[in-house]
Order: sequence, then C-alpha cells, then structure tokens
Amino acid sequence: MGFLDINNVTKSYGAVEVLHKVDIQVDEGEFLVLVGPSGCGKSTLLNMIAGLEGISSGEIAIKDRVVNNITPSKRNIAMVFQSYALYPNMTVGQNITFGLEMQGTPKPERDKAMAEVASLLQIENLLDRKPGQLSGGQRQRVAMGRALVRDPDVFLFDEPLSNLDAKLRVDMRTEIKKLHQKLGTTIVYVTHDQIEAMTLSTRIAVMYDGYVQQLGTPKEIYDTPANIFVATFMGSPAMNVLPAQLIEMNGAIHAEVAGADGPKHLRIEDAPDAYGNYVGKSVMLGIRPEAITDPEGADRNAKNIQSLANQVTVTEPAGADTFVTMSLGGKDCVARMRADAEANPGQPFEFAVNMDKAVLFDPQTEARLA
Amino acid sequence: MAVASSDTAIRSSNVTRTFIYLFLLLFALFYLMPLGIMLVNSLKPLSEITSGGMIAMPNEWTIEPWLSAWSTAQIGVEPTGLRPYFINSIAMAVPAVAISTVAGALNGYVLTKWHFQGATWIFGLLLFSCFIPFQIVLIPMARILGLLEIAGTTYGLILVHVVYGIGFSTLYFRNYYAAFPTELVRAAQIDGAGFFQIFWRIMLPSSGPIIAVCCIWQFTNIWNDFLFGASFASGDAAPMTVALNNLVNSSTGERPYNVHFAGAIMAAGPTLLVYIVAGRYFVRGLMAGSVKG
Ligand SMILES: Nc1ncnc2c1ncn2[C@@H]1O[C@H](COP(=O)(O)OP(=O)(O)O)[C@@H](O)[C@H]1O
Ligand SMILES: [Mg+2]
Repeated sequence: MGFLDINNVTKSYGAVEVLHKVDIQVDEGEFLVLVGPSGCGKSTLLNMIAGLEGISSGEIAIKDRVVNNITPSKRNIAMVFQSYALYPNMTVGQNITFGLEMQGTPKPERDKAMAEVASLLQIENLLDRKPGQLSGGQRQRVAMGRALVRDPDVFLFDEPLSNLDAKLRVDMRTEIKKLHQKLGTTIVYVTHDQIEAMTLSTRIAVMYDGYVQQLGTPKEIYDTPANIFVATFMGSPAMNVLPAQLIEMNGAIHAEVAGADGPKHLRIEDAPDAYGNYVGKSVMLGIRPEAITDPEGADRNAKNIQSLANQVTVTEPAGADTFVTMSLGGKDCVARMRADAEANPGQPFEFAVNMDKAVLFDPQTEARLA
Repeated sequence: MAVASSDTAIRSSNVTRTFIYLFLLLFALFYLMPLGIMLVNSLKPLSEITSGGMIAMPNEWTIEPWLSAWSTAQIGVEPTGLRPYFINSIAMAVPAVAISTVAGALNGYVLTKWHFQGATWIFGLLLFSCFIPFQIVLIPMARILGLLEIAGTTYGLILVHVVYGIGFSTLYFRNYYAAFPTELVRAAQIDGAGFFQIFWRIMLPSSGPIIAVCCIWQFTNIWNDFLFGASFASGDAAPMTVALNNLVNSSTGERPYNVHFAGAIMAAGPTLLVYIVAGRYFVRGLMAGSVKG
C-alpha cells in the first residue's frame, strides 16, 4: 500500500463516465504529475482526492485511511488552485491562517506558524496587504503559504503556474522543485504543460480522454512511451511518427520509409521479439527530433547510428538548435541539429539517425511494440 | 500647420462640450421643475398660493406647512400629521429590505455554489415570481394574512414585501455570485469553513455593490408601494403612501396645498436619500453581475 492510493476510481456525471478506472499508488515524498490535454479529467481526479468531487466508484485512501466519505477539511490535504483563490477581503496573513482559525488553533500558534511559512517563502513584508495589491508571483507564493501552513499529508496543485508569464513560470517551477526537495512532502500536481511534468515530477501519469495512458518515471515516459498519444504529447517538438514497413534484409530487420526520392532503409538492432510478427507489415516508426542529427552531431555512445540521405525541405534556426525538416514516410519529419549544421533547404543532406532511440507502434492499436 | 489644426480641434471640442452641457442643464431643469415648485409652494402661506400663481417665489417664507404636515394635519379622522405613518413605513421597509436582501443573498449563494437537484427549476420559479402582477395575489394574500392573524398590521406588510422581494433579490445575488469564483468556495471548504462560515466570511464581504443595488431596489419599491399598503394595512398601521393619500383627501373646505406639497416631499424624501447615499454603487453593482452568468 502506498501513501496515497487511488484504487480503480471512476467518475461519472449522469450517464457520462469522464474518468475510467484510474489506479495509481503514490509513495511518501513522491512528486506525481498528472499531465494531459485540457478536458482529459486531471482536475476532476485531483478534486476527488481533495474531496471536492464525489467518487462514483472505487476508493481513495490517504495513509491507509479510506477517505471516500470524509470531508475535504478532514483529509489532511492542502490545495493550490489555478486562480490562487485568495480570499479578497482578507489580508495575506489572514489568508494564510484562515484554515488554522477554522480548525480552532489558538492565535499564538497561528501567528507562529504564519511567521515560519512567511519566512520560508520570503513573504514577510506582504502579510498586511490584500491579495488585490499583489503581483501574480506574490499571489502564487501566498497561495503556497496557505497550503504549507497546514502541514498536510498531501499537497494538491491544480495548474498553479498557468496564470504566470513565461519567465516567472520557469522561476516558480524551480522554486516548487526546491521546496519539494527541502520539505520532502508528497505532491500531486496537475498541469497540461509537458515540460513542467518532465522537470518537476518523480513520476508522471499521462492522461487522455479519462484514461491514464501511461504511468512511469519521466525517463520511462519519454524513452518508452506506451502509445502514439504519449509519444507525441510528451516532448517538444513532438516525436516524429512515420508510416513505415518492417522488412527482413541481409539477415536483419529494417524499417523501410518513403524518402523524397525513393525508399530509405533503417536497420534495427537488438529488435524485441514482438517485431518479428510485424515483418512484412506496416508499422508506425517513432523517432524523436534530437535522435536525428548531422553525422558529426550524432551521439557518440549510440550503438546503431543509421545514415539517411534525404532532401531538406525547411530549416528553422532557433538559436541553440536548428530544426531541419525533411519529407519522410509522406510526412514532415523534424530533426534537431546543432546551430552550425550545414543543412540548406532544397539540398540533399546526410542525416544520422540514432536507431537506439527509435520505437515502433502498431498502426491499429497505436500501442508500442515491445 | 499641425499646431493650427490641433488648436481647431480643441476649440471645436470646446464648442461641442458647451452645447452638451447646455443641453444637459436644460433637461435637468425640466426634470427638477416639479420638485422645485413643490418645494417653493411648501414654504408659502396658503393665501399666496390661492391668490397668486404657483410659480412665484414666496413673499413670506414659512415652515408652518411642514410642521402641520408632520404633526397636526388631519389624516382620515385623527389630526395626527404624517409622523406616525412615517414611522410605520420605516418599521415596515427596514426589516422587509433587510430580510429580503439576506434571503436573496442566501438563495444566490446556494443556487450558484451548492449544486443540487432541481436548482434550475427553483430559480426559474423565483424568477417567475418577479413577473406576477400585484393585483392577482391580493385576495389569496389577504386570506393568508388573515390565517396568520397579522392582517392590518405592519408585520403583515413586512411579510408581503419580503415574499414579493425575494424573487428580485435572488435574481440579483444569483447573477452576482455566478461570476464569483467557485475556487474561493472550494479553498474555504478545504480550509474547513462550513456552509454559513463561507457565506459570512467569504461571500458577503465581497458583495458590497450588489447589496447596495438590492437595498436601493427593495427600499424604493417597498417604500413607494401603495396597493399593498392600502389593501392590507389601512387605519393606524397604514404606511406613508396611504397616509399621504388620506391627507390629501381628508381636508375639508379650502385645500391646504402647501401642506400637501410638504407631505409629498416627506413621502419622497427617504428614497431620494437612499439614492444619494448609495446610488453610485447602483450602476457599479448592476454592471458587476452582468459580466458573466
Ligand atoms: N460538473 C460537470 N458536469 C459534467 N461534466 C463535467 C463536469 N465537470 C467536468 N466535466 C467534464 O469532465 C471532463 C474532465 O474535466 P476536467 O477534469 O476539468 O479536465 P481537465 O482538468 O483535465 O482540463 C471534461 O470533459 C468536462 O467536460
Ligand atoms: Mg483542469
């Protein structure tokens, strides 16, 4: 049993099931990120953990105590909302201690707890202000302070950074990560931003359409996505997923993809057994942009670099990297190269493809072959 | 060249402005004229009104008509002046406004933040009550007041006005609270606040503008109501509007217009005062609710 157990939980609104049998165990001190596109059910799941939404079936337990019928305030959780939800008529100090006041904590203890949290978040000088007089970043801190002061078992965050501008978002992201490392608290964090998910989490649950598509460490999710949805949702630019044919050639399995000027062959080494069943059939070949480079920029530790001559269609210099697009398998295939790679639009180019990192998907089920 | 043209622009805008202000002034005068005439005539001796025109300024200023209207004029059979009836109206309007506003706020809070089966229906019915004409309910209402044994009393009028007011006050607060962030309520729930704590500590402190709107609206309607007052509370319990009518009708012989004017201003005074004190919230509050929901 974990610290927070979500056992086969479903949620229905009337006849519509919006969450289907979600099953996640979270250990103490973990940073679990629920990530997925808007409307996939992340907030609903988080609100069910918080007790703000009822549970249609299944069970949620915190520290081995089933909380299905326990009110939010008795679950020993704290939540940070997207809009921060600071009480507009109260000062920052009152906002932070409102929960303690409701629990009947005496004033001296409240003040002590408030002072500790304020110094941790460096908001001592804001305590007498009203939320309306704060900047976005300050409100964010106060909202976190309100959560921290209650010393809960589990922190719940619902897209806490999505109202901040880009720069501040990155800063606050780092702060949240630091805070987690320092306090070692258990966190469930909802976001639609895959970069936030990758950088913050110890584990990620990728959600889509009310299903958890994959649950795993950021590395597992990134390197071995369970299906095409996870593969393309995580990572930017998205993984190239190209129609290909698996063929046997010179005693090895190859992926055959249509290039600009005829079929290209990419040898696959150490193929899992599953690939054998697909020889002679169509598959979807998934290659991340950073696995396609110029030959000099290829990963030295890679075992199987395949060379691929193809015509460049577009180059997009982006400072540190240059994104080079070619036509492969009838689709645009993006490669991420060093800034000084000499690829020119309309010209042929020698691409180096790191096939160690390539994955295959079944074109019908869209599941990864393994 | 540029200087010249911008100069012209300023001058022409000044001309336009002058016209606009003149125009507005004219309208203001037009609307204020009746009040002005009432005021002027309420400060004249009766002889000046009967002998001369109503428009002229008083030759002899007097507050005698005001004193008479307030405390000695004949209202129906008793020479009590309007004072007891003014007190009746206050005793009716203040509790009725307070109760219907608080009830509307609670309704709006429940309807927007605590979803329950049939909420839309209940709101629909409350909304419908805003459109029921007064005349239709007179007889059933009289029967109910009779059953409750508060017919002909100020309590009866309070009940009638609260019942009639709840539809409107609910409408105001529901629309206002529909735009009120639900996340605040959820945050308070997690903080451990209960139903009424959330209402008192979170919702009401942020409801200033809509409370002002609701109070102005209810007060004006309740204070100015004549039909319910005349139907359910004639005699000693009559409100100001009914008493004013009685004052005008019960004078025998020469009509003391100056006293009538003074009484009319007294009857209109409280609503004017409420607008002046809280009026700036009125527009603000009406706008706030209409942004969303
Ligand atoms: N009160 C509700 N009634 C009906 N459907 C709802 C309700 N709340 C959410 N949903 C539906 O549940 C799904 C998940 O919503 P939500 O959890 O808010 O998504 P996310 O947070 O991932 O963007 C959406 O399709 C939404 O339309
Ligand atoms: Mg959401």
